Amino acid sequence: MVPLGHYLILSAILFATGTMGVFLRRNVITMLLSIEVMLNAVNLAFIAFGRTQGHVDGQVIMFFVVTVAAAEAAVGLALVIALFRHRETLNPDAFTSLKW
Amino acid sequence: MGTELLVFYAFAALAVAASLAVVLGKNPMHSVLLLIVSFAALAGLYIGLDAPFAAVVQIIIYAGAIMVLFLFVVMLLNAHREDEPAALEAAGGLTRGPIRTGAALAVVLAAELGWALMKARGANDGMLSAGAGADAQALQSVRSLGTVLFTNYSLAFEVTSILILVAMIGAVVLAKREL
Amino acid sequence: MLLLIPLLPFLGFLINHAVGRRLSKTASGGVACLAMAGAFGMSVVSVWNLLQMPPADRGIVQQVAAWIESGALVVPFTLRLDPLASVMILVVSGIGFLIHVYSTAYMHEERDSEYARYFSYLNLFASFMLVLVLGANFPVMFVGWEGVGLCSYLLIGFWFTKKSASDAGKKAFIVNRVGDFGFLLGMFMVFAQFGSLDFQEVARQAGHLQPEVTFGAISIATLLLFVGATGKSAQIPLHVWLPDAMEGPTPVSALIHAATMVTAGVYMIGRNAVLFSAAPETLAIVAGVGVATALMAGTIGLVQNDIKRVLAYSTVSQLGLMFVAMGVGAYAAGIFHLYTHAFFKACLFLGSGAVIHALAGEQDIRKMGGLRKELPITYWTFLTASLAIAGFPFLSAFFSKDEILWKAFSGGHTVVWAVAAAASLLTAIYMFRLVFLTFHGKRTSAGPGEHAAGASLAVARDDHASVGGPHDSHAHGHASEGGHLHDAPPAMATALILLAIGSVVAGYVGIPAVIGGGNQIEHFLAPSFAAPGIEAGGARGASHAEAPAEGPVSHAEAVGEGGPAPSGVDAATEHRAELTLMAFSSGLAVAGIGIAWFFWRRSRALTDRIAASFAGVHRVLLNKYYVDEFYDAVIVSPIKGVSERFLWKVFDAGVIDGVVNGAGTVVNGWSGILRRLQTGSMRAYALSVFVGVVMILGYYVWR
Repeated sequence: MVPLGHYLILSAILFATGTMGVFLRRNVITMLLSIEVMLNAVNLAFIAFGRTQGHVDGQVIMFFVVTVAAAEAAVGLALVIALFRHRETLNPDAFTSLKW
Repeated sequence: MGTELLVFYAFAALAVAASLAVVLGKNPMHSVLLLIVSFAALAGLYIGLDAPFAAVVQIIIYAGAIMVLFLFVVMLLNAHREDEPAALEAAGGLTRGPIRTGAALAVVLAAELGWALMKARGANDGMLSAGAGADAQALQSVRSLGTVLFTNYSLAFEVTSILILVAMIGAVVLAKREL
Repeated sequence: MLLLIPLLPFLGFLINHAVGRRLSKTASGGVACLAMAGAFGMSVVSVWNLLQMPPADRGIVQQVAAWIESGALVVPFTLRLDPLASVMILVVSGIGFLIHVYSTAYMHEERDSEYARYFSYLNLFASFMLVLVLGANFPVMFVGWEGVGLCSYLLIGFWFTKKSASDAGKKAFIVNRVGDFGFLLGMFMVFAQFGSLDFQEVARQAGHLQPEVTFGAISIATLLLFVGATGKSAQIPLHVWLPDAMEGPTPVSALIHAATMVTAGVYMIGRNAVLFSAAPETLAIVAGVGVATALMAGTIGLVQNDIKRVLAYSTVSQLGLMFVAMGVGAYAAGIFHLYTHAFFKACLFLGSGAVIHALAGEQDIRKMGGLRKELPITYWTFLTASLAIAGFPFLSAFFSKDEILWKAFSGGHTVVWAVAAAASLLTAIYMFRLVFLTFHGKRTSAGPGEHAAGASLAVARDDHASVGGPHDSHAHGHASEGGHLHDAPPAMATALILLAIGSVVAGYVGIPAVIGGGNQIEHFLAPSFAAPGIEAGGARGASHAEAPAEGPVSHAEAVGEGGPAPSGVDAATEHRAELTLMAFSSGLAVAGIGIAWFFWRRSRALTDRIAASFAGVHRVLLNKYYVDEFYDAVIVSPIKGVSERFLWKVFDAGVIDGVVNGAGTVVNGWSGILRRLQTGSMRAYALSVFVGVVMILGYYVWR
């Protein structure tokens, strides 16, 4: 019997990890991967809650999250490719044209 | 039951470790592959939560499709060899200062989230053993999932399909060499 | 129906203003004259209707629109015709019509667009003047008051490309404005005192008051109203604009500055007769100012060399006499003189216009002479009007002026009477100086053909009659004709003749009882000066020889008299006194003519020697007692100095611009700091989002 709390703490840890990855990496692809980690953490939380409350809504939401993640990944990677073509680099710090 | 808890801890540790490796690793290719490991661990956890369908979906779609896409792009851009030299000279991926701040903030975030989530209803109730009762049966059934999906959430379902269409078009357009 | 009277000229203004540029001169002039004729016709009809009503109750009211309705302040746009207003509208529309006709010939050398502009302004002026006179309450009158001031500015500065003309226009408007400010304050005080701005209502309430013995609220209010009147009617101290206003075309001078606008002040006092009667202190001031102005203007007019300026100062002087009448309580006499003055003064101005027209712009009387033979019509009408203004017996002004002098004397204001008599003597002298120098004797200059050659004059700078005259357009028109002069063309001559006839006969409505007349005008006007609701006592109207047998002598009844009504015992003495004074005034007139003949016809050399030996006095008079210079030094220059040095440089440029520019600079500065947030680095943005999330979550955790 795993208490819900355990799942939730796990979810929180994974989320924090992903967030850290977004801010600290200087590689755009790795940043996107970190975002996937965050989304996964959220999925876990949803399913855990759904199980607690005894209905399938948690899983349904998880499906939607997965779908959105897929779409976002596709578009994000397309953007990465487009950006790469401009600057030949995957370092987000290289793209500062909107600086004041 | 002890086994349950043990299994949980095993998968959880795997997931955390893999995620950390994803975030801290220098080679993007490695990061992608380690993320797949993380997904697998999470899928295991889903099964433990009476959501086998979710687990399978996780593997097939997430690990099977999305990560493959990432791999494609990594290899296309030749990012798998190393981090860009320009970035390396600045700090080789991660400098000590930002790591410490980042780690501190992340710990803070985790603590907050955990605390917040723990305040949720029924957080400390016992629960969650596989295959316990009719409840679990219902949950496991794909049928019930489908019913809910196509009745309560039918609008979201349709909108999601449009979302995917838009994402496809967007991806194609953005990645073209010349419009 | 009353509305049509000011409305027709206003329509004339609209037409000429909008499309006048494209109309021919005949059309635009015709429109204007037709509008005035229409107004005159409507006035006649309205007065006729008025006369059908019983004498004590004569009033036609027309509320045109509800105008101001704000709590206790209810001011409808109402026109009211009563005996006083009827005299005024007939004068304004009738003489106005004649002057319009005259102008069609006088202004003929202008361009079509200028011609139309002139007539549009002239019609607008007539419209406003009629509104002023017909107004049933203070604000409506003030609308007309301001409007005629505006039109005066527009018309004085008609040839605005000439600096002196535009300056004169501005001067007129600004000086008027000072007076208007007094008028406004007076109006406010009246409202505060009586709670109403309607003339009838104010008169009704004022009729119940006892005359103030000290300088109380009513006195202050009426004094402020009188300040407005000094501005509009060119009395001391606001008289300075009228002589400069001669820069405008001569018909304008005739209409505005002789017959109508300047009489608005007198009319205003007449309209508020009951109110003023409740403030004897103010009336004393009115009479004092009037008589001082009359004397001062008379002395100045004696030495001026520009034909129009002499007439201007004579106008100021005559207005002073009208104010004397008002001041001693002889309201009907003042209005009577206003009415006769309109005729002869307009005739004089138009006659001078004919002279100027004939001489192609020459206005200096020292250059004139001998025009008697060459401009017969002009000469005879001018002479008639001059005899009238001098007070020659049995012409119109004889009756009106005499009435004023008699009322002053019999009211006990002997000093006022004496000064007024002196002013009348001066009037006769300088008017006939003008006649003799202009029309008699030999001309010193050769006429229009030569003056274009520009012989310069040793003229004092302040004497504005210069060679080459202000009427450049006229000079161009006639310069080619050589030495030939032509008398007034038909349009001008008609007006002159009609006005001259008026100068003679207009006075016959006011023949005093003492020599057998019925003094109809005083009877006619009396109800206008009585408080409504108080019945006119028996002593009203007919000559003061009759006794007021009944009723308490409240000041409302005494209004028509100007003094305590004598009892029957003194009737014979009164008669004798009046006849004596009448003879005395006639004597003054004849004496004045004689003196003028002696000095300027018989022995010019003697005159010039006297002028030389009293050179200092002569210069002071020529420079109008240096009043303009005084105002300039004391008022105008300090204001200009403060405006330029302080208000402009310090306040406007420094403070206001500083605040505005400063706001911009501050924004600029802050934006310079704040824009550093936009680093362009995606990670920085994400970091800030993250920090925000942490903080918000922390907040919820804390709670």
